[in-house]
Amino acid sequence: MSAQSDLAPGADARLHYVLRLADTSLILGQRLGEWIGHAPALEEDLGLANIALDLIGQARLLLSYAAELEGRGRCEDELAFLRDASEFFNLTLVEQPNGDFGYSIVRQLLVAAFQLELYEALQTSADRRLAEIAATALKETRYHVRYSASWVVRLGDGTAESHARVQAALDELWPFTGELGAEDAVDAAMVAAGIAPSAASLKARWSARIDAVLVEATLRRPSDSIYPWLGKRGVHTEHLGYMLAEMQFLQRAYPGAEW
Amino acid sequence: MSPDSALAAADDDWKSEVWRLLGEVRDPEIPILSIIDLGIVRFVRGATRAEVRVGVTPTYSGCPATEVIRRAVEEKLARAGYLDAAVETVLSPPWSSDAITPAGRAKLIDYGIAPPAEAVSNPKRLFGAARIECPRCRSAATRLVSEFGSTPCKAHYTCTACLEPFDYFKCI
Repeated sequence: MSAQSDLAPGADARLHYVLRLADTSLILGQRLGEWIGHAPALEEDLGLANIALDLIGQARLLLSYAAELEGRGRCEDELAFLRDASEFFNLTLVEQPNGDFGYSIVRQLLVAAFQLELYEALQTSADRRLAEIAATALKETRYHVRYSASWVVRLGDGTAESHARVQAALDELWPFTGELGAEDAVDAAMVAAGIAPSAASLKARWSARIDAVLVEATLRRPSDSIYPWLGKRGVHTEHLGYMLAEMQFLQRAYPGAEW
Repeated sequence: MSPDSALAAADDDWKSEVWRLLGEVRDPEIPILSIIDLGIVRFVRGATRAEVRVGVTPTYSGCPATEVIRRAVEEKLARAGYLDAAVETVLSPPWSSDAITPAGRAKLIDYGIAPPAEAVSNPKRLFGAARIECPRCRSAATRLVSEFGSTPCKAHYTCTACLEPFDYFKCI
């Protein structure tokens, strides 16, 4: 962890909340981008790249808003490329490395199903800007859920090998989903202001949706972990730092470089 | 004609000229469609022709065409003398494939892309699969190859009657 966060602690809860949403989309988009040119078939290469594009697009809308809320003259690119790992507030789940195709697909389903419930609820947020972004993102997320759920079913209810691999992926990724329902002071402030839905309510709906897919995929739902992952509070697994080193290299080495 | 109504007529003149010019701006990913066909132009505003503002809504939040379209609109209008024309991004309400005009749908078929099969606003779309016709032979014997195609807005289909692969413009 870097010693000093550039983002003042206790800074505006809304800014913090928007960064959580933005970073979750950005980091997952970057992870999926790593699949480009490596997916098992051309169709899946395009599928994953398109989902990555949607997620990075959502991140841009959210980061632009965060930059405005911050009010320090920084832009979306500076927030993406010049923050250190401890200043990222994404869910720990999305920074996990890609693994095999089945692993990435399970991670995708777990996150997309959560974003679906989140954006659905945010459409009626008291924050008009968030409501607008959510309405656009929701349409895209429906496709992400459909795509990843259909693959989880094909792989889970597929061969003994594919079943074993996605079950192992599910077992390994499941502990990180505890964070989906965890609430802290930022969440509480957002719920009280009518800006965000409660994490517990989202988690319950997410859980029902995931269960339905797992049954069809003949997969076993792992038991919940009590370990409190804290990605959305800036405490990350070691994977995020390596990923940012690659993602941010150009802007760090050549500050202000433009495409 | 009173001075006021003459002014109003002049006002309409430049706005309709701007709309006509926007009809010549092509979507960079699907150049057969203008941005009017695509239904992404939300408004043309401005008290005078020196203050033109064009409201454009993105199709997908990550669509790379959005930035290209913004520049194309500003360039098109600048060439016609609207030097300070500005493009504003409008997020709400979000764009839907329902916004593609009937002319746009016909152009898509001619171009070999199956247009969105049903209205997003139609509640019936939740029941049963849509009938997606091959843009070449019009057979409905088509099969989804991938939910994602060459751009975010398209899915990849194949026709089992004429065996041609084709793009399908997704309902969103």
